[in-house]
Amino acid sequence: MRLSGYDTGGFYDEMFADDGQLRPGCKVLGERFASFSPGEVARRQAAAERALYGLGITFAVYGDGAGTEKIFPFDIVPRIVSAEDFQTLEAGLRQRIIALNLFIADVYGAQRALADGIVPRELVESSKGYLPACRGMTPPGGVWCHITGTDLVRDRDGRFYVLEDNLRCPSGVSYVLSNRAVMKRTLPQAFEASRVRPVDVYPSRLLETLQSVAPTRDGDLPPTAVVLTPGRYNSAYYEHSFLSQQMGIELVEGTDLVVDDGWVKMRTTRGLQRVDVIYRRIDDTFLDPKAFRPDSMLGVPGLIDVYRAGRVSLCNAPGTGIADDKVIYAYVPKLIRYYLSEEPLLASVPTYLCGEPEDLRYVLAHLPELVVKAAGESGGYGMLVGPAASAAERAEFAERLRADPRNYIAQPVIALSRVPTLQGGVEELAGRHVDLRPYVLYGGDGQPPYVLPGGLTRVALRAGSLVVNSSQGGGSKDTWVLYDQGEAPC
Amino acid sequence: MLSRVADAIYWMNRYVERAESVARFVDVNLHLSLDLPRGTSADWSPIIATTGDDELFRSRHGAPARDTAMRFLTFDREYPSSLLRCLEAARENARSVREVISSEMWERLNSLYLTVREARPDEVLAAPHDFFTAVKQGAALFIGTTYLTMSHNEAWHFGKLGRLVERADKTSRIVDVKCYDLTKPLVGAVDDIQWGALLKSASALEMYRKRYGRITPAHVVKFLLFDRDFPRSMWHCLYGASESLRAIVRRPDSGATHVRAQLGGAAQLQSMQALSGPAPTLAELRVEALLDELERHATDVGALLGSQLHAVLDNAQVRLNELGHAIRDTFFSPD
Repeated sequence: MRLSGYDTGGFYDEMFADDGQLRPGCKVLGERFASFSPGEVARRQAAAERALYGLGITFAVYGDGAGTEKIFPFDIVPRIVSAEDFQTLEAGLRQRIIALNLFIADVYGAQRALADGIVPRELVESSKGYLPACRGMTPPGGVWCHITGTDLVRDRDGRFYVLEDNLRCPSGVSYVLSNRAVMKRTLPQAFEASRVRPVDVYPSRLLETLQSVAPTRDGDLPPTAVVLTPGRYNSAYYEHSFLSQQMGIELVEGTDLVVDDGWVKMRTTRGLQRVDVIYRRIDDTFLDPKAFRPDSMLGVPGLIDVYRAGRVSLCNAPGTGIADDKVIYAYVPKLIRYYLSEEPLLASVPTYLCGEPEDLRYVLAHLPELVVKAAGESGGYGMLVGPAASAAERAEFAERLRADPRNYIAQPVIALSRVPTLQGGVEELAGRHVDLRPYVLYGGDGQPPYVLPGGLTRVALRAGSLVVNSSQGGGSKDTWVLYDQGEAPC
Repeated sequence: MLSRVADAIYWMNRYVERAESVARFVDVNLHLSLDLPRGTSADWSPIIATTGDDELFRSRHGAPARDTAMRFLTFDREYPSSLLRCLEAARENARSVREVISSEMWERLNSLYLTVREARPDEVLAAPHDFFTAVKQGAALFIGTTYLTMSHNEAWHFGKLGRLVERADKTSRIVDVKCYDLTKPLVGAVDDIQWGALLKSASALEMYRKRYGRITPAHVVKFLLFDRDFPRSMWHCLYGASESLRAIVRRPDSGATHVRAQLGGAAQLQSMQALSGPAPTLAELRVEALLDELERHATDVGALLGSQLHAVLDNAQVRLNELGHAIRDTFFSPD
């Protein structure tokens, strides 16, 4: 396969430097691809897709009674992250997660940052993610966000930016593990020679994290952790099922749990059995119809009372959504300085708050250059990509901004970095835009957050597209975080 | 294991078994109708009676006839025990426990379901044999795949339990529909064909021949209700169910096939459990009581055929229902 004609198109390319040379960590991989005879790459791509079907890594397609299941499109050219880049990311993510955790604890506790005017009180109190019912709670170990999947992007100059924090129920880690399993079969030589750090430890680390926040228990019995799923019609059901299987713990639905005698218990064939930690993959307000939404069929009545009494742990803790608010996002650099007296190690994207009259005026005047997002949404919903939108779409969005300015922010368009990607039916690679979602675990044992050396690289498969969401034609790639030169691969 | 998971595996297997029975009944009756002399048409009433939903059928379609009966049993979306609805329910149950069963089991069940869902009723009615054979084979493949690809653990035993409780119920109904004929003497080829069809409804004709040779009502009843070796006899199903229950409760003696022969009954079961293992569950007591009763009747088939067979079978079906409830209360909703 010919690599010489590859065009970086003026973007930061993860594999090729501006002079067209392979970046240092990408040499083995690039040379491997260059050595493939015609047809070889397509053959390996097809084999990888077959393997994904075989592993049953599918997601349900909504609105199809036939129960059609599809694979998340996958591209066999991996995205390589150098050891140096990863060290930067690791330090930055740790710092950010620690600060955000302190902020959440503060919001539901003393509210120091609000009293000191670091974040306006009305922004917090008007946020969809703020749960007044959580005031005064202290989760075990003082940790609120145990599992985070931060979305990062890289701009034209190669600098990483945090795009979203995703502190609620981030998904996608099952793809990280299955993509890796498939890549080891697809490109075994290049994988071995590139010295890639393993990701298979994730389920064990996740289980340790869950167990580390368990309420104390009499005797030596290990705590019982479970995964709580909304059920098999949820689009991420495969992941819930996969993670519980990998950790060897039960996958439960709301109706499997019951509050009995002040504890949360699961209904088993041998009677009710106590549950200590719930890795819940349902949203805060669905957790307990008594505490939040009375119409929720997914939750467990009385759960929050048990949680408040410290007799069960929830991961993540309810209430973390406050720090996911896209308006609060703009304050994170300030919060890092405030709580840690440190300069932020990871950049945030400059953000205009439409709630500020001056910012709103600027945003309305510059819609074609900006990305506008609803503050309380995630997953690419409620979003306007200015340069790609039609005049009518922009006009419609302008109306929404004027009607509810608090609920919108705007950011300049980031020229996402690119990774060479296979083109269907063509024997050559073309640059496609990517983001990166590393996964961070934060336990209650006093250790700093753990950053999985890997992550989900989502790729916009359509030429020129900047939207990587799977609903918008996005796919994924394996992410190879390399060992440091001196580091032993063990 | 989680009660919901046990429940789903139990019902997944019950529904597959139920679907397979429907396919077998319909297929047998179709063959029977081809063998009967001119002037006599095959009666579809017994087969509708076997389902236990006679009234529902008659209220909607009147007297059972070939096409209405076949449509009702196979494709009727409004009838919860139609082939299609059974497989739909089996698949939904399977879907909720995919991390517990093997992926091969899921694939088999899914393709069986698709065979029925994608079939065109008019074409099936015109040429039914291939279709019903495919369903029977699909169900057998699922059961075999389950046996070979899933650990024979607690979950597996719940599956076996569901299958056997359903099968015992179906066999009792097959025998029951023939009750009214029992006192009449056999006359000629037609009766032979009809009793043969009855045995075929339980896939039992060939094995019956090996055991007893000529067809007599007494032997047919003996074979279908009490035979120790035939996999669809009521005794065999219930014995298997009791084995699975012992494995589920983790009795120290689970798997010991001679336990019944030695102890022979519910009374002994209770005293035995006082010595080893946990107190017997209601489900175990009920299955042992059913086995006791079968064994008692097996010693006097003559009296059974006299007049009380229908009452005995009726009672057995009630007891089977109670067993189902006991399984539910003991394991699926333990509050």
